[in-house]
Amino acid sequence: MATPVGTSEVRAEEARERLEGSDAPLLIDVRTDRERRVASIPGSVHLPMNEVGARLAEVAPDPNRPIITFCATGARSLRILPTFAALGYEDAVSMSGGIVAWQALGYPTESATALDEEKLARYSRHLLIPEVGAEGQQRLLQTSILLIGAGGLGSPAALYLAAAGVGRIGIVDDDRVDASNLQRQVLHSTEELGESKAESARRTLEDLNPDVTVVTYEERLTSENVDRILSEGWELVVDGADNFPTRYLLNDASVWHRIPVVHGSIYRFEGQVTVFKPFEGPCYRCLFPQPPPPELAPSCAEGGVLGVLPGVIGSLQANEALKLSLEIGEPLIGRLMLFDALAARFDEVAVRRDPNCPVCGEHPTITDYIDYVEFCGIPGS
Amino acid sequence: MTVVRIPPTLREQTQGQATPEARGTNVRELLDDLTSRFPALRERIYEDGGLASFVNVYVGGEDVRTREGLETPVAEGDTVILLPAMAGGRLASFAGERPGNRGDVGSGS
Repeated sequence: MATPVGTSEVRAEEARERLEGSDAPLLIDVRTDRERRVASIPGSVHLPMNEVGARLAEVAPDPNRPIITFCATGARSLRILPTFAALGYEDAVSMSGGIVAWQALGYPTESATALDEEKLARYSRHLLIPEVGAEGQQRLLQTSILLIGAGGLGSPAALYLAAAGVGRIGIVDDDRVDASNLQRQVLHSTEELGESKAESARRTLEDLNPDVTVVTYEERLTSENVDRILSEGWELVVDGADNFPTRYLLNDASVWHRIPVVHGSIYRFEGQVTVFKPFEGPCYRCLFPQPPPPELAPSCAEGGVLGVLPGVIGSLQANEALKLSLEIGEPLIGRLMLFDALAARFDEVAVRRDPNCPVCGEHPTITDYIDYVEFCGIPGS
Repeated sequence: MTVVRIPPTLREQTQGQATPEARGTNVRELLDDLTSRFPALRERIYEDGGLASFVNVYVGGEDVRTREGLETPVAEGDTVILLPAMAGGRLASFAGERPGNRGDVGSGS
């Protein structure tokens, strides 16, 4: 892993050295139960992030003993450190790259669940691909992906991610299924008209694949709830939002939480897809510093959209999400893919990090949530 | 002549044309030529004499802001793409629904 290591982090190599030395630190796994069952590091103790406040003293009776935390890729275990410090555990560092980096070095892990007969059958076409294989499939089964919106883009993305065996899928949507949705939102069906989209999505996805746990948030993404939602262990966000304020809010939050976003947007016959990986590539504000004024940004409800277009773009988003989870291929980081359904043609343009970006640039000027509705120039009342 | 690709949200201003041709050795000349024929387009993509901040222009796949802006040279055969951000769904829905409620924005295209 070539990622830089901050002062609160240790590389997997150093972590292993310290764990095998004298006065070994306590190794704490802050992931979920499900993740730990698939693979864990021998000798580690388990303390899921949401239980740190209540159970740290029980798990680590000696606050002076050094601690190394780890999670899947090192993001959550780094983020939880201030909580450790606040509880009096100052000598704690996070293992950068997490168990993924540990495994990449060939270090030992133990697993409570191998792929059983059912999974071997269900995922057999994945297991045949060397780039996925049993290890990749296990990894997908412990991956957590959050979808903003269970609409046109979220529908195909969620279906393919669930079919692929992504173990935990979150759905943020407060909307209800409307007749005008069914032309493209293939998660929902005629008999679900009027029902909650999040619940309808849950039913469809769990029917498709019982290996998937679906977490629903029947709420609109807001400045007030975004931190709570993003803190619940999501490694990746698939953005299928339907408006600019949500997209800018999600961008700022994902940069601050350091969670990559697979972005998709559609209008009539054309779509755009890219990946925003905080601090490694550009963010949404680097690409579009400002949204168009509302009168120049007709919505799909006003301008329409070909039903299959979100099928294409949402599937491309699922493709990017799976590649990022498996760490294979070349993700669309710094590249914006454009699709024109009428011409049947793809184009690609470069997107670069903007050193003057107000959120991810060298001297950020936006460091807390703003009024996104006002920012997007939408009249109040 | 250079083909300029017009996004669907700006085609009303180009009389429905998706790939009009224009002449010019740099982006400024090219857009001057184009907007002389489609004056309505000019109002949409210019702001205070410069390119509007919500419109990206790409020459050969590169954002002209990362090159020489309006002076970025355009060669014969280059493709020039105009690209504003697209939201995806129903922008109007929350504008009236939750007036003045800070940061209360929707989801689900």
